[in-house]
Amino acid sequence: MGATAYSVRRHTYLDSVFLMRVAQGLQAGSGVTDVAALMATPANKQLLFEAGFSGPEVESAGADDLVVGITARSEPEAEAALSGLDRLLAAPMQDASHVARSWDEALAVLPGANLAVISVPGDYAAPEIEHALSRGLHVFCFSSNVSLGDEARLKQLASSRGLLLMGPDCGTAIIAGKGIGFSNAVRRGPIGIVGGSGTGIQAVSCLIDAAGSGISHAIGCGSRDLLDEIGGITTFAGLRALAGDPETKAIVVVSKTPGPKTRARLAELTAASPKPIVTCFLGGPDAGSAATFDDAVAQALRLVGVGVAANGETPAPPAHIRGRARGLFAGGSLRYEAERILQRAGVSADRFELLDMGSEEITRGRAHPMIDPRLRAQRILESARDSSVGLLLLDFVLGRGAAMDPVGDLIPAIGEARRRGSVVVASVVGSDRDPQGLERQRTALRQAGVVVLSSSARAAAYVAEALR
Amino acid sequence: MNVDDLLQKPPKVVNVGLRNFARDLEDQQVEVVQLDWRPPRPEDEEMKRLLEKLL
Repeated sequence: MGATAYSVRRHTYLDSVFLMRVAQGLQAGSGVTDVAALMATPANKQLLFEAGFSGPEVESAGADDLVVGITARSEPEAEAALSGLDRLLAAPMQDASHVARSWDEALAVLPGANLAVISVPGDYAAPEIEHALSRGLHVFCFSSNVSLGDEARLKQLASSRGLLLMGPDCGTAIIAGKGIGFSNAVRRGPIGIVGGSGTGIQAVSCLIDAAGSGISHAIGCGSRDLLDEIGGITTFAGLRALAGDPETKAIVVVSKTPGPKTRARLAELTAASPKPIVTCFLGGPDAGSAATFDDAVAQALRLVGVGVAANGETPAPPAHIRGRARGLFAGGSLRYEAERILQRAGVSADRFELLDMGSEEITRGRAHPMIDPRLRAQRILESARDSSVGLLLLDFVLGRGAAMDPVGDLIPAIGEARRRGSVVVASVVGSDRDPQGLERQRTALRQAGVVVLSSSARAAAYVAEALR
Repeated sequence: MNVDDLLQKPPKVVNVGLRNFARDLEDQQVEVVQLDWRPPRPEDEEMKRLLEKLL
């Protein structure tokens, strides 16, 4: 039986990325088995309760109170870890050069501001989106957990004002060469992207960059934009804007499978578009014109007249794998892509299991696996000890916003899996201009005995071959 | 304002939320102002609900 210690800091707001670092610091304490460091919003209080952090301290906390809970093997260890909290909280959040206390002050400080980037907790995002739109700003909204009704209403409002609402639940955009949210340092060039999938946009933009071409703009739409309830408002606005953009010569749409009505409208628009559109839909039987990100990129490159070089990689033929393959994905879209590739290769469903480690059911209030490696490391270790799992498939996503050394964070767990005889297969989404360095990350994987493929689709195809 | 204008030049950004998004933009020479956003205090929310009832 462990012991739990709590600290509640009244009227102390810290953002979730800062709190993730605090939690990581506390997790390093001797005997610590679990840590939660969250603002006590209604949604977070539910998560705390489900994780076993409950009691009068948590119940009485309000949305602007910080709750820290530590479970350790013994009470002294829990208390000792908690005593380190002040030191961790003392490291200030680093701010942009200007900090404004209100929307009006922000616009006075930065006249001509044209884009709001919103990443407040989902419960509070809709009013902030409305503030921004009512002041004539386009919006990139990273926050998720905004209701579908609010999303539809706000996208209609944006549309009526000639504004673009990217999101909610939008991870990535590149506007005029500037990456917003999670994005990679890719060349500018003739291919535009419109996407409802953050990691899908990242994968496509990095593959285009690796082929020597580049991106004009990448417009994120949020994961639900092509549902019939939303009707693709942002996707269609993005396609119209790219159609009129002189830099853009071809367009890739990457998204989950659209709703039937929206799919039909998209097909009409694609047929009438002055610029060629490649579609790649994931998570359903309708793939669009391309089944994988590699296919989508190859089609787009041909459309802009860039030759696709024959891929030179010749990894050793895969060993026969006993048991199942388990994919532990940081990128939800990469999971869907792998599923399609394994299914199309005829691999029986009981031979593989693919988990999106960034899904809400798994993260339960923790930061996304692209920035917080802890849950994925734990699953790798569990898989290594599970004799029914013979192969692990991993993805790594580099770029702005992502962890500084995503591969390094998982090397100890990967090393353990290798020692226990697991085959580990991986791909890395990134460019060499990303701060983490694509080749540096790939080299670290190879040195750990991992089979590294040049794309997520190739990694999945390699696994399909291994499972035959 | 229309969508085409957004694509013509690098954006000027009001960042509301995660501080690291603002820093990543500044690293790309994008002009950013950080809005000092905080969750509303529960007592303020209660007052707002009461006022909405009254008005």
